[in-house]
Amino acid sequence: MSEFEVAEAAVQAALDAGARYADVRVMHRRYESMTARNGDIESLDQDESVGLGVRALVGSSWGFHAVPELSDLAARDAGHRAARTAAVSALVSGPPVDLVASTPVTASWSSPCEVDPLGVSLAVKGDLLVAATRTMTEHGADLAEGLYQIWDTAKWFVSSEGHRIDQRIRECGGGISATSVGAGETQRRSWPSYRGQYGTTGWELVDSLELTAHAARIAEESRALLTAPLCPSGETDLILGGEQLALQIHESVGHAIELDRILGWEAAFAGTSWLDLAQLGSLRYGSELMSITIDPTIPGALGSFGYDDEGSPAVKRDAVRDGRWVGVLAGRDSAAVAGLDHGGSVRADGWARLPMVRMTNVGLEPGPHTLEEIVAATDEGVLMDVNRSWSIDDKRLNFQFGCEIGWEIRNGRRGRMLRNPTYTGIGPLFWRSMDMLSSETVPWGTPNCGKGQPGQIGHTGHPSAPARFRNVRVGVRA
Amino acid sequence: MSGTPVPAGDTELDVAGRVVDLVARLAGPAAQAEVTVTRAESALTRFANSAIHQNVAASSVDVRLRVHLAGRTAAGSGNAVTTDGLRTLVERVLAAARFTPPDPAWPGLAPAAPVAPSPGWDPATAHAGPDQRAALVRAFVDAAGGLVTAGYCRTGYRVAAFANSAGHFAQGQAADAAMDGIARADGADGTARQHVDRVADLDGTDLGRRAAAKARAAAQPVELSPGRYPVVLEPPAVADLLSNLAWYGFNGRRYAERQSFAVPGTAQFDRAVTLVDDPLAASGLPFDLEGTPSRALTLVDAGTTSAVVHDRRSAAELGVASTGHAWAGSATFGPIPRNLRLAPAGTAGAADPTGVFVAGGHGVGGPAVDGAIGDPDTAALVSRMERGLLVSDLWYTRVLDPLSLVVTGLTRNGLWLVEDGRVTRAVRDLRFTESYPRALAPGAVLELGRRAVRLPDRADGAWWAAPSLRLASWNFTGGASG
Repeated sequence: MSEFEVAEAAVQAALDAGARYADVRVMHRRYESMTARNGDIESLDQDESVGLGVRALVGSSWGFHAVPELSDLAARDAGHRAARTAAVSALVSGPPVDLVASTPVTASWSSPCEVDPLGVSLAVKGDLLVAATRTMTEHGADLAEGLYQIWDTAKWFVSSEGHRIDQRIRECGGGISATSVGAGETQRRSWPSYRGQYGTTGWELVDSLELTAHAARIAEESRALLTAPLCPSGETDLILGGEQLALQIHESVGHAIELDRILGWEAAFAGTSWLDLAQLGSLRYGSELMSITIDPTIPGALGSFGYDDEGSPAVKRDAVRDGRWVGVLAGRDSAAVAGLDHGGSVRADGWARLPMVRMTNVGLEPGPHTLEEIVAATDEGVLMDVNRSWSIDDKRLNFQFGCEIGWEIRNGRRGRMLRNPTYTGIGPLFWRSMDMLSSETVPWGTPNCGKGQPGQIGHTGHPSAPARFRNVRVGVRA
Repeated sequence: MSGTPVPAGDTELDVAGRVVDLVARLAGPAAQAEVTVTRAESALTRFANSAIHQNVAASSVDVRLRVHLAGRTAAGSGNAVTTDGLRTLVERVLAAARFTPPDPAWPGLAPAAPVAPSPGWDPATAHAGPDQRAALVRAFVDAAGGLVTAGYCRTGYRVAAFANSAGHFAQGQAADAAMDGIARADGADGTARQHVDRVADLDGTDLGRRAAAKARAAAQPVELSPGRYPVVLEPPAVADLLSNLAWYGFNGRRYAERQSFAVPGTAQFDRAVTLVDDPLAASGLPFDLEGTPSRALTLVDAGTTSAVVHDRRSAAELGVASTGHAWAGSATFGPIPRNLRLAPAGTAGAADPTGVFVAGGHGVGGPAVDGAIGDPDTAALVSRMERGLLVSDLWYTRVLDPLSLVVTGLTRNGLWLVEDGRVTRAVRDLRFTESYPRALAPGAVLELGRRAVRLPDRADGAWWAAPSLRLASWNFTGGASG
């Protein structure tokens, strides 16, 4: 049986068992990662997994059943069980769930890939990590680490409404970090970010990162940070580099606009959102420089796809336009509850997980400035970049982030290096204070977004560029 | 999936042995191989807005192989348990090992050693159906008395076997169940959670009632200025301390890298603190991913750090023995104690199993319990706090510096001001920035509860057990408004 035939068998079994809607994802995922430490390869993992997951809608609940087997018998059994599980949920039922319309399509899609990352020899990939970590060690790092990760996922989607879509998405990326150990604390520097930069691309992305070329610099910076002055405490103007701003977007905008959170579906774990649907279209989220899009069509960005995991095509939409909140990340079910007309942001972490609302590429539209211009326009402040820690409350309001490195800004010039830079604030107040934004946009990729029960890891993209925020509290410490 | 299925009667141990033999046949006797075969069923019934909205179950099988060949190491996994599938896995991992750079730090295979049988295994828990989970959810929702509720009930099991080419083999099985929920009143949440070996021991009614009582008591909170306050941390909050101490402090790899605060033989904690990693105290597998037998290990004995945990690689780096803490993530994150228990007051510490694993922390005589305080054990600690804060839970904690283990995070699911030993008002959530070892340092731990509560972790096989804890000081650095 083909993957489509297996999926159709499972869908039919779910309908036969009472589901009013059912869909199936058959997935074949290959994963490879290699890590190096201090000039030696420490681990090489190559995992491969095949299976199918059936989702069945009965009443107010989804039932889901997944099996690691693609036989007709296993598929039918999974479909039957998914519907039965959903039916049992009627013991604790809510309002019936509807789905917004999605035009059934038969389609294929593949992410762009110049150099097949699994086709690059292990020796080449290993030598890269060995050379980069050895260089960091030679330049003073106590701990030099490097890694890459590759995902190659083929998936087949079939729904009871007639969708029949296959996609192949190749993702890869990597990075290096240097840690220096001092008396009572450690300092870390990473390139291009901790645990790397990722995209839906081939090995050409890793080549473009030039890991070895940056190894000596970040090792020396990690050692220099041990004796750098502490980031001052107080309120000042804050300039964030693009990598840190990507995480700021992820945590304080991306999660906040997830419709399942807004509706309370994640209340017990991931949390809710400070956003109220009654204010959609009118709420002032940030300054007029703040325009954020939900765009899974960006070639090569980590949150890109042709169709989401319930068959909705990739479409670019506004989330925040000129500072005003105008859009959410939604699925077909949550959109119907909220009275919206589109889903499009639902994905599952593999065949064994229920699809749920996830970020795609949620990022800032470019601004009119450059980082150089922003620094030059700042009399007094702190420039921070590359995330080291992140924490935000369950409504996505109160955040505190730490960065690997900071620099003092005085009279329009970058001055001394600062250690342990942190900043804290309240999401909408912070975004309303953004008064300068660079045009130097990079589509940062985050391959470790946790959500859901059982837990799922999402891959998201965040185009961002350096920006300035006024009167931010910095230098929070124990 | 193609190929002939392996014989239907083959156990996980048979499959593991088959893979070890295949490595020897294809790569010769010099190849070192270790294999873990895990078959699992997991199911989780999730509810929100007082209705079940996501109800999931998944079957899985995983064959994980690591080989060391001619000085090079590679690992891989697959889920095709057929003759062709297993052969493909072996060929793939052997090919990878031939082309990867050398691994001079290879620690060798675990030698043959006796492995204890698995502790408790409850088939009724392993095979619990969606109707049983739904009934527990129904009880939770009903007990909340009309408040909006959310959470989950999960059940599942793992059957695993290990074999390596050094002649070592082991097998085991584990089942567990957990329930974790909140009730919501006027924007305030209360929580109750429980991790057990037998689904029959889950009490949805008790959990729902306690979550609702806390939510009602947390309503209409006032804003309190940040600063240092004495605190009583309830078990869910203490579990966060244990988790961060485990990941960053007692992690043998971080210790070898000088990134851990741990200094064995040194009185780094208050004498009231005894920490034991005890994987066999509940339903768990009796060996780790490298086949090393699991055992109870005291990490802090009456305030003195006594050990960190190791897999074979971190142990070899320091010239010591593995403590049996290899797991799927240890190559990346290092070995981690994932069944950590803070010994309650009145027990003899490491060797004393009494006072452990009271499901809801109730049933002990003592001061009166009100809505904010879920049990008499915590009530006793609160009654002796002149002015401070009662903290139910911590949220989104992240490490600012691993060596000093400075952590920032927020309170969640209930925060109350205590004055003259009584809860006087609910407080809006606060952000904190605190060094966990410093908060538990000599003289900083004023009192522990007398009963530990076992709480679920997000990861399979992990749990934390802790009593409530009264600390001299906790550094709150920001309010909900900034």
